[in-house]
Amino acid sequence: MNVVELDRVTLRVGGRDVLKEVSFSIRPGEFIGVLGPNGSGKTTLMRAILGLLPPSSGQLRVFGRAPKRGDAAIGYLPQVRTVLPDLALRGLDFIASSLNGERWGVPSFSRADRRMIDETLALVGARDLAQRPLSAMSGGERQRLLLAQALIGRPQLLLLDEPLISLDAHHQEVAIAVVRKVCRERGITVLFTAHELNQLLVTLDRVLYLGNRQAALGTVDEVITAPVLSRLYGTDIQVVHTQGHIFVMSRGHDVEHAAHQHDHDHGHHH
Amino acid sequence: MSSMPRTSTITITGTITDMFQYEFMNNAFAAAGIVAVVSGLVGYFLVMRGQTFAGHALSHIGFAGATGAGLIGLAPIWGLIGFTLAAGIVMGLLSERISNRDVAIGIVLALALGFGLLFLHYYTAFASQAAALLFGNVLAVDRATIAVLAVLAVITLLALCAIMRPLIFASLQPELAEAKGVPLRFVSTAFLAVVALAVSQCAQIVGVLLVFTLMVGPPAAAQRITSGLWSGLSVAAALALAEAWLGLTLAFYSDWPVSFCIAMLSAGGYFAALGASSWRGRHAHAGVIETPA
Repeated sequence: MNVVELDRVTLRVGGRDVLKEVSFSIRPGEFIGVLGPNGSGKTTLMRAILGLLPPSSGQLRVFGRAPKRGDAAIGYLPQVRTVLPDLALRGLDFIASSLNGERWGVPSFSRADRRMIDETLALVGARDLAQRPLSAMSGGERQRLLLAQALIGRPQLLLLDEPLISLDAHHQEVAIAVVRKVCRERGITVLFTAHELNQLLVTLDRVLYLGNRQAALGTVDEVITAPVLSRLYGTDIQVVHTQGHIFVMSRGHDVEHAAHQHDHDHGHHH
Repeated sequence: MSSMPRTSTITITGTITDMFQYEFMNNAFAAAGIVAVVSGLVGYFLVMRGQTFAGHALSHIGFAGATGAGLIGLAPIWGLIGFTLAAGIVMGLLSERISNRDVAIGIVLALALGFGLLFLHYYTAFASQAAALLFGNVLAVDRATIAVLAVLAVITLLALCAIMRPLIFASLQPELAEAKGVPLRFVSTAFLAVVALAVSQCAQIVGVLLVFTLMVGPPAAAQRITSGLWSGLSVAAALALAEAWLGLTLAFYSDWPVSFCIAMLSAGGYFAALGASSWRGRHAHAGVIETPA
């Protein structure tokens, strides 16, 4: 059974078709790198899988059924992380807030919950963050904390929306390595959105490239080609291979790099 | 205590019993105690959510409500509760974003104070109470008011407990909370209603202009002192209580206004906590060499 399956799915946000009649399926245990220019629908696709955005047409199936909000089998690391910068709450209480956080009443967590948090923190090498206040953590540490949180409850599908943003090159590699290790061990299916393909080249099984309201899913050799990307970008694209790196160029400019720069200057508009 | 010289213990006990010989002081301690605990607990979440300004605006809207109630012959507290509650619910429904918009809130706040002035203008007999509304008059609290405050406190805390878990989740990680099925708008609206109730009670003690002294000062200090959730809530409530009671004691012996004493202690507590945490921070970092993970 496929973990995620789209059959001629159209996703519409604010009267605009973000994805139009898109079909593809993702198999269990796959590590999918999700790429594409800003506004191509990466976050929108994740919201649809989470059951937050019903398709306006077509059929979307997650674990063989219609997506439902609050599915415990899905771990999610959202892109817009509104962590108050001055929040002096310790990591443990931050993570614990998401455990059954949708239930009414006063928060409480059992010894088993506590052990689960502890194990997951150890898994991503973030055990020391439990007692540290968020305000004293670096960007990389917060990211590890959020990753641990996404893994709590042993999800079978992990949706990571731009987990590398705001991390330096070293911490980006660490984050990718941790996700790869945990997901291989546990057979978790991963959708990992990123701006740059090269960091994910050795890790990903297949690439899902979004653009121009369309999607292409396949191996790097199948998808990262001039004809496919020219269709997705709606402009002439050249693909340049050098020393194990792949550059996607439009009229001599690196389009992925340009998108990345743009993000740092103006934030996201998905 | 046992190490203290005997004579000074006797003097202190003697003067403290002096204070409680007056019924108005007993009433003031009871009322301030109830309100301080509620303010500290509700304020903790107000600070966590970064919505302190919204809380401030609610109290100003309450001023219009209280003077308006006077105009039509109702007790000010009902106008206060009615207006803040309505305003809190409207702010919550208008969406999470609007309740965090400084400019919109500031304009509504000023408008509310303006209306308060208009109501006072038409009901001049009420003018003597204006100062009490603005700056509080805890020494005039009677038994009936204490009963009202106690009932309001129980309602406020029950409501806060009912929404606490999703409130924390939605405050810390709104995107994830939404994905997990937390009704964000309902939670934020319900919370602002809780804040409205707390503000109405707080205004009875320190006045609408000084609700920050109990609702923001102690919780903000608590978050500097401890990073745990439950310890933070406990410290916030305990600090608010200590500041309210110490403020009353100080006012009794100094003849300064109670609200001034509480405001002073609140500011003192916050800056002391700020200083202590930055001192701790410097000393914690001095011996640690940053290692890349």
